[in-house]
Amino acid sequence: MSTKTRAEINVELSCPAPLAVKDRILLGHGSGGKLSAELIREIFLPAFQNPVLARLDDQAIVNVNGQRLAITTDSFVVKPLFFPGGDIGSLAVHGTVNDLAMGGATPLFLSAAFIIEEGFSMAELQRVVNSLQQAAADAGVQVVTGDTKVVEKGKGDGLFINTTGIGLVPEGLDLSADRAQPGDKVLLSGSIGDHGIAILAQREGLEFETQIQSDSAALHTLVRAMLGVTSKVPSAIRCMRDPTRGGVSSALNEIAERSRVGIELEERSLPIHEEVRGACELLGFDPLYVANEGKLIAIVAPAAADAVLQVMRRHPLGAEAQIIGTVTETNAGLVTMRTPFGTTRIVDMLAGDQLPRIC
Amino acid sequence: MKYLDEYRDERIARALATEIAQHTTRPWVLMEICGGQTHTIMRYGIDELLPQGIELVHGPGCPVCVTPLETVDKAIELSLHPDVILVSYGDMLRVPGSRSDLFRAKAQGADVRIAYSPTEAVKIARSNPDRKVVFLAIGFETTAPANAMAAWQARREGLTNFSMLVSHVLVPPAIRALMVSRTNRVQGFIAPGHVCTVMGCKEYEDLVRDFDVPIVVGGFEPVDILEAVLMLVRQLEARQLEAGEARLENQYVRSVSYQGNLPAQRIVGEVFEISDQKWRGIGTIPQSGLRLREEYAAYDADRVFDLGERTVDEPAECISAQVLQGLKKPTDCPAFGMRCTPENPLGAPMVSSEGACAAYYHYRRRAVAS
Repeated sequence: MSTKTRAEINVELSCPAPLAVKDRILLGHGSGGKLSAELIREIFLPAFQNPVLARLDDQAIVNVNGQRLAITTDSFVVKPLFFPGGDIGSLAVHGTVNDLAMGGATPLFLSAAFIIEEGFSMAELQRVVNSLQQAAADAGVQVVTGDTKVVEKGKGDGLFINTTGIGLVPEGLDLSADRAQPGDKVLLSGSIGDHGIAILAQREGLEFETQIQSDSAALHTLVRAMLGVTSKVPSAIRCMRDPTRGGVSSALNEIAERSRVGIELEERSLPIHEEVRGACELLGFDPLYVANEGKLIAIVAPAAADAVLQVMRRHPLGAEAQIIGTVTETNAGLVTMRTPFGTTRIVDMLAGDQLPRIC
Repeated sequence: MKYLDEYRDERIARALATEIAQHTTRPWVLMEICGGQTHTIMRYGIDELLPQGIELVHGPGCPVCVTPLETVDKAIELSLHPDVILVSYGDMLRVPGSRSDLFRAKAQGADVRIAYSPTEAVKIARSNPDRKVVFLAIGFETTAPANAMAAWQARREGLTNFSMLVSHVLVPPAIRALMVSRTNRVQGFIAPGHVCTVMGCKEYEDLVRDFDVPIVVGGFEPVDILEAVLMLVRQLEARQLEAGEARLENQYVRSVSYQGNLPAQRIVGEVFEISDQKWRGIGTIPQSGLRLREEYAAYDADRVFDLGERTVDEPAECISAQVLQGLKKPTDCPAFGMRCTPENPLGAPMVSSEGACAAYYHYRRRAVAS
């Protein structure tokens, strides 16, 4: 080894460059935060580039013989498979139905693909399938096609499910994350963080005084009611998102970025259940980053905001709906929050998952 | 929520801020020791509520940030061993070692698991007798009792496949090191309430006396921090008017006693002994850490795996040493938010939930309209 090479190695040892993110997939790439966004931007979008995909909404809307078809797909890898308030079967229906509903689509048909680990309990599979069927029936959709794969023991985590959904979008309706305008109101259909904390508590065996239930639910009837209010002013609802992975913060950051607007939240108007707040305090989590599976965010024109809010509150899945913020011209691309003290802070998109604090 | 909402009450906070302004006649530099307190300050904009003369500088109380680079490297190396299950507090996983971090090690196939409590690591050892379970036992006095309990349980059960990679630091020697430093600007400290819940206030009496510096043990909510600032300002201003000794005061009375938690102190004393300790970025501070006692040698990963001594330098560009000593603000760093972000961190304070750089990045990255 020459002196020069050795010197170079020394320099490298004492002066490392920032760790490159790009050489391997990390868990954070699946968190719905900045790493996920980076993966989509750098790997998937360039490969599949087309205008429908480029909208990056929760569903694609394509025109087929004059019909506006909404398509979406989602994979479910939740652990544990059964949790308070739901299971992987019902979740696989709700997640996909909601992604369709956020585009204003009436969900019609689902596919369901099961990736099952060798040795998985037949009784549990039956339970999951029954639950999936029940949830589909409740949501008024049919599972019309499917697939089964079995992987060797140790090569899967019990059971993974993928569902694809198809629905129809009424003519003239255009909900998209790039349509928020300054002055619009930000509506949230109810309390945040319930699903993520319910799953975590179950998985890690954390016990709280009252059991926290997942909010997993199909939101299309709530969406239908909301769209009914604004049928006379069709563009009053600009966009809708269900804040799943990455929570409310990720959904709003995406809207702020895509619409090139700022979004300012009022901290005291955020609906958060007491037990979820408690759990988050204990773990050092911010509920704004915790997943929901039965909540939606709507960006609504100011003139229609109150009417939409009233309709939401009359629906069982929107009883705790709140106006949580306003779209602003300033701070484009940024989500900020007014604290009760009148100060303002950034609500950033996380790089990866939230991690429990040490003390 | 009880014990929370009242400490986030805006009216109380504003009243305290007004009172602080009324008492402040000259500039004061105060340090909050704990990173949890730093995050509260940034998140709620406490510094914006204070009169201009009061500068809050951020202290070294981020357990992840001060864990030596060498320990992180050792943990990564151990985790990549096929026999080993490395169990860690979640906050350690993103901390950059010299070449990788535990998340990347996990992506390479390492069995890295997050624990909420150290005794979970013992449980994992119990149920995986054919694997070697290493717990990355880091932190201040706050985590020491639970970490000690893990070693104690493992020893009592005679587990032979459990060990701990220990990097434990103590607050009072760090304050002493800051005070004797020529560059020190700090005139009053907010001591960390959680550490004092375990250790009591008593440990801080010597520091107050030796350096004639006021110390107030403070909590972590906005009202706690404002009240602690008020208590410090009152002391400092009063001493301008008439000579008087600096005092130790306790703002966090709902949690901290004079003696602290004696059973917790006992288990720490039984398992650990005080030793010199390296602090990441800062260097070795005499008698500022804990290591496993000789009786626990069989549970000391450093000895079990013969990891040896090593020295690795920090990236030259990272100013975390100055940030952790309150000499510079994260935003003084040219790399801040540019070459150093939570996705691509140069130093630990950018990734830890108690790191000052992360607090600035998440809550203050750009000037926001008021």
